[in-house]
Amino acid sequence: MRIFSALVISFLTVLPAQAEVKIQEVISPGGITAWLVEEPSIPFMALELRFRGGGSLDRPGKRGALNLMTGLLEEGAGDLDSRGFARAVEDLAASFSYNLNLDSLSVSARFLSESRDDAVALLRSSIVDPNFNEPDIERVRGQVFAGLLSDTTDPDAIVGAAFNRMTFGDHPYATDLSGTNESVAALTRGDLLNAHSDIFAKDRLYVGAVGDITPAALGILVDELLGDLPEIGAPQPKAAEVTIEGGITVVDFDTPQSVALFGHRGIGLESTDYFAATILNHVLGGGSFESRLMNEVREKRGLTYGVSTFLVPRDHAATYQGQVASANDRIAEAISVIRDEWSKAAEKGVTAEELRNAKTYITGAYPLRFDGNAPIARIMVGMQMIGFPIDYIAIRNDKVGAVTLEDVNRVAAELLDADGLHFVVVGKPVGLATGPLPE
Amino acid sequence: MTRMRALLATLMLSTPLSAMAAEDPVTTFVLDNGMQVVVVEDHRAPVVQHMVWYRAGSADEPKGASGVAHFLEHLLFKATDKLEAGEFSAIVSANGGRDNAFTSYDYTAYYQRIAADRLELMMGMESDRMRNILLTPANIETERDVIIEERNQRTENSASALFSEQMRAVQYHNHRYGVPVIGWMHEMETLDLDDALLFYEIYYSPNNAILVVSGDVTPEGVRELAEKYYGVIPSNPALPERLRTEEPPQTAERRVIFRDARVAQPYVSRSYLAPERDQGAQKEAAALTLLAEILGGGTTSYLTEKLQFDTQVAVYSSVYYRGTSLDDTTFNMIVVPAPGVTLQEAEDAMDVAVASFMKEGVDPVQLERLKKQLRAQQIYARDNVDGIAQRYGSALTTGLTVEDVQAWPEILQAITPEEIMAAAQKVIIPETSVTGWLMKEQEQGQ
Repeated sequence: MRIFSALVISFLTVLPAQAEVKIQEVISPGGITAWLVEEPSIPFMALELRFRGGGSLDRPGKRGALNLMTGLLEEGAGDLDSRGFARAVEDLAASFSYNLNLDSLSVSARFLSESRDDAVALLRSSIVDPNFNEPDIERVRGQVFAGLLSDTTDPDAIVGAAFNRMTFGDHPYATDLSGTNESVAALTRGDLLNAHSDIFAKDRLYVGAVGDITPAALGILVDELLGDLPEIGAPQPKAAEVTIEGGITVVDFDTPQSVALFGHRGIGLESTDYFAATILNHVLGGGSFESRLMNEVREKRGLTYGVSTFLVPRDHAATYQGQVASANDRIAEAISVIRDEWSKAAEKGVTAEELRNAKTYITGAYPLRFDGNAPIARIMVGMQMIGFPIDYIAIRNDKVGAVTLEDVNRVAAELLDADGLHFVVVGKPVGLATGPLPE
Repeated sequence: MTRMRALLATLMLSTPLSAMAAEDPVTTFVLDNGMQVVVVEDHRAPVVQHMVWYRAGSADEPKGASGVAHFLEHLLFKATDKLEAGEFSAIVSANGGRDNAFTSYDYTAYYQRIAADRLELMMGMESDRMRNILLTPANIETERDVIIEERNQRTENSASALFSEQMRAVQYHNHRYGVPVIGWMHEMETLDLDDALLFYEIYYSPNNAILVVSGDVTPEGVRELAEKYYGVIPSNPALPERLRTEEPPQTAERRVIFRDARVAQPYVSRSYLAPERDQGAQKEAAALTLLAEILGGGTTSYLTEKLQFDTQVAVYSSVYYRGTSLDDTTFNMIVVPAPGVTLQEAEDAMDVAVASFMKEGVDPVQLERLKKQLRAQQIYARDNVDGIAQRYGSALTTGLTVEDVQAWPEILQAITPEEIMAAAQKVIIPETSVTGWLMKEQEQGQ
């Protein structure tokens, strides 16, 4: 800290940049709610739709149905076959993507103002009227099998699957939303139609739009696109119990670098302590190069290229997880350092300086997220799904600022459990074996 | 190679669709010491991205020191005359910003994304480490372990990455593009302080650098700050020309058989030596860019039609070409066979499909659709000025000029089916090709 400290201090006294995002709530004539940011300077719009439930809505014995169904949405709809649909999207110079995760199915679309009506009609057909033709089902099923096969020898995939299996009991979170070879092979067209009607309904729909469109036009667009969806879909899954306990699980795999995923129970977005936990996580392992773990494991000891931690507040279970990768003969030391830091943070918390730096970062970095129409549309949909108020962006940084050192350190003591951490290690780790955590 | 993994995807694979020059909110100028400056304006959010690109990448490394360009990139986050090790990123972070860096064959770049009113602080620090790093033997040892773990993570732990590395090594007889950016493990293990400092002294100077600032800034504001911080650094009169060893005529078709127990999904990979975008001469590269899209750019492409729809030989196929390169680049194809299809059958089907494309030629309707998408990309690109910044940075460090970047969209639009086929005839020839099979340990390809 020499010449630049003066500059830093002077900058810290000014307020962080404010993200000026003016969100309007639009209620369509048909009663669908959408959040809109009008941004007429570029003649296109980004539209984000999300349907709550995602891959966790698979019916019993039908694991992978939602995933296969999602993969088929762009493989032909209405009177267009697979290639006809792709050519139509290209003709409009639009882009549609359909993604499934454990809690939602998202549809992300981008299209030019000049061809908005045609793009909406095409997008609508893929959501409301997909063909699910047999040859297309078989082709996409083959792609799912190829992905499952690749996962069998991908250390990252292996470690994630093992961790989830141990953590989430009999909840859908415990298994891969792609399904298994057996479950995917058994899926029928009828299963895909069920998956389709289970997820595409208005009772779980969230809409965000950013770009060159007025509120009135958006209301009409949303009704055209989504007005024909049924009101109600399948019931949402129940809460999951986080069942993982402290220990080590080694998955033997012949590769030079061991990959570890670790974690224990976490903290949900609904908790009033969530921002305190966010700050704690930033200091411990979330804050890129400045985190304690990055400093101890990478900068001081050179044991890894990257170590990080992350809060995973899903709809039905919250976990706190982290990951690290080190050569087989160094992973045991990396894990030992991580456990030490976990205990230290639980017992002693963070310092006032760390809290201050974390707050400056978390508040200052917030406006960086709003860097384009599509990212803003995604953020708005995420806010609606969590239940945040429409003015949340303006008040969010104040909430971060209000967190005290006592809050963070109380949460550290409650949340961090060095003896409850479970490390799943894929590789040929030297000095580690499945069982309880070493003394 | 990036300091952190998140950026990997944006670097190596994509064939960037260029922004329309006339619409680019871009201003360029040169400081007195030779440092080029590019400003890309977007005033919608109070955010700025500050980047410094050096015309120095792994292909500029001395023999025996592979990986040193990337190693040095890591070391630039250590101490300088004015900052302690790690303090650079800590200050960026404490001001609500994110910073990182990346190294490729032809360039090394450092950047921060931060609130627009912190630009001056960033320039102060970035200009400092252009000339003033202070390295210790302890830095070297620990950070060398870090890059070795990085190689473990990216390459040693992935059969597919090891296979690609072997393919490239076989593709280039005499050019450094055959050596991986991260370095060969045995040479990385020997990298020392002198290797890093030598590379730094030769290549890190304002006349070898390009400043690219995008976001909520004005050209006048950037110029004022750039003159204050970068303009005062003397240019390096001893900066060498970037003379690279060139490929001799390639006259032998090559094959790579790579076996690894970790391979679950075998595939066929093919690469051809191909010309890159050159200053004032980008037509052939433009034709190849369109050819890659037509042949293997997605659901509507020729290979997908032949291998996944007309027949079910493949579960996936793709063609890609990256024209932004200082020297000869590659044109690549990949086919992942369906269950029960051997690698030989997949390769044969790929060759038959390419041969029939050569006879049939370009479908003008498909080409027009593609050009329309490229025009639309110019509109979409305005929503992502950091992407425009990236394009200028990579072009200006690979021998292109601002004029070349701005002419590129028009050149793409003017390419004819005949020019595409002429480029295809020239590039898709066995003599310059490498065909690789990624296989399970015990598998038979036949």
